[in-house]
Amino acid sequence: MSTAASQQQVRPVPRHYGVGKRRLVDFAIEFIKYFVLVPLTFSFAFPLYWMVSSALKVDAQIFTVPPILVPIPAHPENFVDAWQILPFTKYAVNSVFLYTGPVVLFTLLSSTIVAYGFARIRWPGRDTLFWVVVMTMMLPWAVTMVPLFITFKALGWLDTYRPLVVPALFGHPYMIFLLRQFFLTLPEELSDAARIDGASEFGILFRIILPLTKPALAVVALFRFLWAWNDYLGPLIYLRDEDRYPLALGIEILSRRANDIGNFSNGLPYLMAVSTIVALPVILTFFLAQRTFIEGISLTGVKG
Amino acid sequence: MGGAGTFVVARRRPVQLYPVAGRLLPFQGDFMAARAQAESTQSVSRFTPGEWRNLRLGLLFVSPWVLGFLVFTIYPLIASLYYSLTRYDLLRPPVFLGLKNYTILFFDDPHFWNVMGNTIYYVGFSVPLGVGSAFIIANMLNSRVVARTFFRGIIYIPSIVPAVASAMVWDFLMNVQWGAINGLLRSFGLPIIPFLSNPAWSKPSLILVAVWANGAAVVIFLASLQDVPRALYEAATVDGANMWHRFRNVTIPITSPIILFNLIMGLIVAFQEFTIPWILTQGGPMNSTEFYLVHLYRNAFAYLRMGKASALAWILLLIIVVFTMIVFRSSARWVYYGGEK
Repeated sequence: MSTAASQQQVRPVPRHYGVGKRRLVDFAIEFIKYFVLVPLTFSFAFPLYWMVSSALKVDAQIFTVPPILVPIPAHPENFVDAWQILPFTKYAVNSVFLYTGPVVLFTLLSSTIVAYGFARIRWPGRDTLFWVVVMTMMLPWAVTMVPLFITFKALGWLDTYRPLVVPALFGHPYMIFLLRQFFLTLPEELSDAARIDGASEFGILFRIILPLTKPALAVVALFRFLWAWNDYLGPLIYLRDEDRYPLALGIEILSRRANDIGNFSNGLPYLMAVSTIVALPVILTFFLAQRTFIEGISLTGVKG
Repeated sequence: MGGAGTFVVARRRPVQLYPVAGRLLPFQGDFMAARAQAESTQSVSRFTPGEWRNLRLGLLFVSPWVLGFLVFTIYPLIASLYYSLTRYDLLRPPVFLGLKNYTILFFDDPHFWNVMGNTIYYVGFSVPLGVGSAFIIANMLNSRVVARTFFRGIIYIPSIVPAVASAMVWDFLMNVQWGAINGLLRSFGLPIIPFLSNPAWSKPSLILVAVWANGAAVVIFLASLQDVPRALYEAATVDGANMWHRFRNVTIPITSPIILFNLIMGLIVAFQEFTIPWILTQGGPMNSTEFYLVHLYRNAFAYLRMGKASALAWILLLIIVVFTMIVFRSSARWVYYGGEK
């Protein structure tokens, strides 16, 4: 409560102004704040704590009342064992090299070029067309889901990552929006000077603008990585062959196996262990790039 | 921390960053059109050669998006409308039915109204609860708080954890027999809660998970709160306002565009919630969590009823448009634009 007191001191308060009553209200709110905030944060953190701690248990520590908060002894070997029950290494390779990697690269490339056209070249109709980009951000993707499936099926793209990866070559509305906003903040004189020197627009984009755009590019890469890594519905629709599954679908296979009682022991700890491993890159990325995350969300309101 | 500020400092006019406040996006179109018109009186063409060059260049740069827009948005929209008028199972060519898919859904399919009811229930609770709680949490974090970054991080992380992983944990936590929550209740001698196995509890349980995974909204709100001019609070304090008065008369009006933004984005996302209900309850128990997208997915990819699924998709599109319009219309009354911000 020392912060409450210090806050009271720094505020320029005319002393004659009914201070007593107001202080009481302010103090009460200050108290309620921590009273709510601390338990709230605990409950936000608890499910993820439970995921990790359950991953370290064996069946005997899982099926107990009351539940065991800290598993002693812990069983870190679960992580290795769980990973080997299904071809998770293969799923991880699929997630990284067939889905996340290409999608991030393609999105960076295409969205940068498109955003440049919307921000750094003046042409008639530009802002009207950009308004269409903004509108598409609000279009429910459920509407395009069925016809796209039919189209990709006709192209023979089922059971490949092409339906999930190829659209990234054509720019992503959120990312175009984000990069355009960033490009607009760079002074026009930069481009003009280069134009006088005879540089082409592509030259300006890649030699002058992009080196200044690193923070925004980091945001784009980060969120596109996140969406692809977490994507469940896309692979669910387009992939049948389990050999091609990404991690998100791999977890689900494991959960079906684990729920068949008597199939194997430690089903739940294994499930939690794999869930932890899949969530870990995301959580680690958050701690390493917290600033980029926060700026990214504040900038466009993109959801995780 | 930098917040949104780092990205907007160099603009002459503050750039309105939020897509939903579409009318606040900086339009330079009028200026350009005026110049083009002024020059067209002299030349035969409407544009000067330089402008033609810019038009060609600009279109060249945005052409990937234009192409993608035509192929991945416009074509599917039209195709979806067409399929919605047919019976199509992918094996045989589509059979034209007229509006039959729609009339059957509306008048002959009790399941559809159940799905609609479930979805409205889910959206109606999860969006206001999500936005409201996020706003309150953001306000608590915005005042002097020890270890704010820590609190913010903990509250934000659930929103970026893969939905499949969170679904697995919640499935476990909410389990009737060995879930931690019921284990805790039991050890206090309290009655257990059948979170996911009882139709009365299933929807509130899924809403709870949705609110838990809504930390991104907290960060958006927090960033906008930090942009509220200090002077306004100081002026209010001098006028004798306590915390509640400042919250009610300064914070809410100034951040109301962001509240609107979060409401609309929340609506669009909640109407299309899929992964968590699909994994946790598969529409059950007793169809109580058969939400719109779960139902649509089932029809399209389990029953291969592409026509019916497309009709469902178009109905959803119209519902979302109507809801968004209602929120927008009402926003004239409670959203505050302009002023010093």
